[in-house]
Amino acid sequence: MLKIENLQVHYGGIHAIRGVSLEVPMGKIVTLIGANGAGKSSTLRSIAGLIKSKTGSITWKGENIMKALPEQILESGIALCPEGRRIFPQLTVLENLKLGGYARKDKSSLNDAIERAFASFPRLKERSWQLGGTLSGGEQQMLALARALMSDPELVMMDEPSLGLAPILVEEVFEIIRKINKEGKTVLLVEQNAFGALNVADYAYVLEVGEISLQGTGAELLSDNRVVSAYLGG
Amino acid sequence: MKKNTKLALNIFCLALLAAFLWWAQDNLNGYKVQVLNLVAVNAILAISLNLIYGFTGMFSLGHAGFMAIGAYVSAILILPAAQKEMMYILEPIIWPFSVMHAPFFVSVLAGGAVAAAFGLLIALPVLRLGGDYLGIATLGFAEIIRVIFTNITPITNGALGLKGIPGYANLGWNYFWCVVTFYVIIKLLSSNFGNCLRAIRDDEVAARAMGINTFKCKAISFAIGAFFAGVGGALQGSLITTIDPKMFNFQLTYNILMIVVVGGLGSVTGSMVGAVVITVLLEWLRFVEDTMTFGSFEIAGIPGMRMVIFSIALLFIILYRREGMIGGYEFSWDSVAKRFGKKGDA
Repeated sequence: MLKIENLQVHYGGIHAIRGVSLEVPMGKIVTLIGANGAGKSSTLRSIAGLIKSKTGSITWKGENIMKALPEQILESGIALCPEGRRIFPQLTVLENLKLGGYARKDKSSLNDAIERAFASFPRLKERSWQLGGTLSGGEQQMLALARALMSDPELVMMDEPSLGLAPILVEEVFEIIRKINKEGKTVLLVEQNAFGALNVADYAYVLEVGEISLQGTGAELLSDNRVVSAYLGG
Repeated sequence: MKKNTKLALNIFCLALLAAFLWWAQDNLNGYKVQVLNLVAVNAILAISLNLIYGFTGMFSLGHAGFMAIGAYVSAILILPAAQKEMMYILEPIIWPFSVMHAPFFVSVLAGGAVAAAFGLLIALPVLRLGGDYLGIATLGFAEIIRVIFTNITPITNGALGLKGIPGYANLGWNYFWCVVTFYVIIKLLSSNFGNCLRAIRDDEVAARAMGINTFKCKAISFAIGAFFAGVGGALQGSLITTIDPKMFNFQLTYNILMIVVVGGLGSVTGSMVGAVVITVLLEWLRFVEDTMTFGSFEIAGIPGMRMVIFSIALLFIILYRREGMIGGYEFSWDSVAKRFGKKGDA
């Protein structure tokens, strides 16, 4: 289980996260929704070790990972699929995947992981020799997700996977998230698409200006008046 | 194409190069041989800078500094003790530099190693900087090296420089090192470590999210680039037999940067082609600096005119052809075979 207690993050003089506490139980999909600048991405980046914060604690499987390096956190089983896909545009699809499995030291397990990625995303196999930058937005998102899964993590953190995609693709992405979860991965999903996120989520947190303002199961929040008026446009 | 075929083709090309060099040594005049030598040295310097700038995305302007280190280390190692004692007239050379001696191969290796050590040393503080700031910091490093070398007279003979360095760097040695450099860097870039470097260049944050220790990768890339810059400096010192601190100024870094940009950032083939074209043009264009007569007009020669032409050419390449002269094309036997169909295999 991933447990965050009273996490605070400062960027220069800005107090971006003001004491976030949340829990991600194993095998569940937990989502974090909120407006731009609420601190969603900062929370994920703190968990991944890309941002260092001094106050609060992040516990993963009983160990405090606040001071761990990004590569150690990845090896402990947490992978981040960063916001805006961040495919390496000058590398081929295959090379992108190989980098996702960078933490794997032996070659056979890397090849297995590549085979598995191609099995779940057949379109990537067709385009394995294409440069990442030449893929369409939807394909890039598939590649980003496949790349994040390459290290065979227990917890996958996804930062706005539906960003900038056509509505039909957005649905496909949420379908994939469900599938990944069914295969036994725990998912921490950050989204602006509150409706889609709450639909797939077992549990949800609403983040507002660096603080958790609401929490509950996905279904509860979908029918909550405050959530409806603020995020679902009801 | 099969691996064995490629290997055979590579060996064939190397043999062809060796045969050409052997022929050139005896049949071309000294000037042309010197240009051929410079092509090899410039190719080494260009690919080492391309590794740092083109493949890892670290804008480094410190190449002249690494070359200076390589050149001085190698020169002090190959100069005979008696000659060193005679040359250091400002202040006598101190022990152990006065008695150090090594064969040429070892001296070049040592030059590269010391340059790489300095590369690592400055990598620790400056690689935290990005973009232009890194350029400024490394430029400062090169200047510091130059000033230090001017002032540690008991070791470097100060502003007088070192003269009469044994000219071991003939065509054979220069092209041997050139081939070694390209082999090492191509191997490095085709490994997963090479992918890491390109990933860092494209998106450092994403690379870190993949669990890549970006700082370590950047430091290794920087040190390897510095190593081969040191090797290039050592060869150049022995090639022109005279070095002094003034030689290793910014102009030198600029010339190498020009080869890299003209050839194409992030292209091994580009650096090779760029080294040949720029080195040959630098020599061939000397005529524009001579006095010219157009009918009854006579224009006095303008020293430095070559560099004006090069700067304008560079400007146009940056404006209209960012990917460099050969358009980011990377040579491989497979692409040759594709272009010529089955004939390529023959």
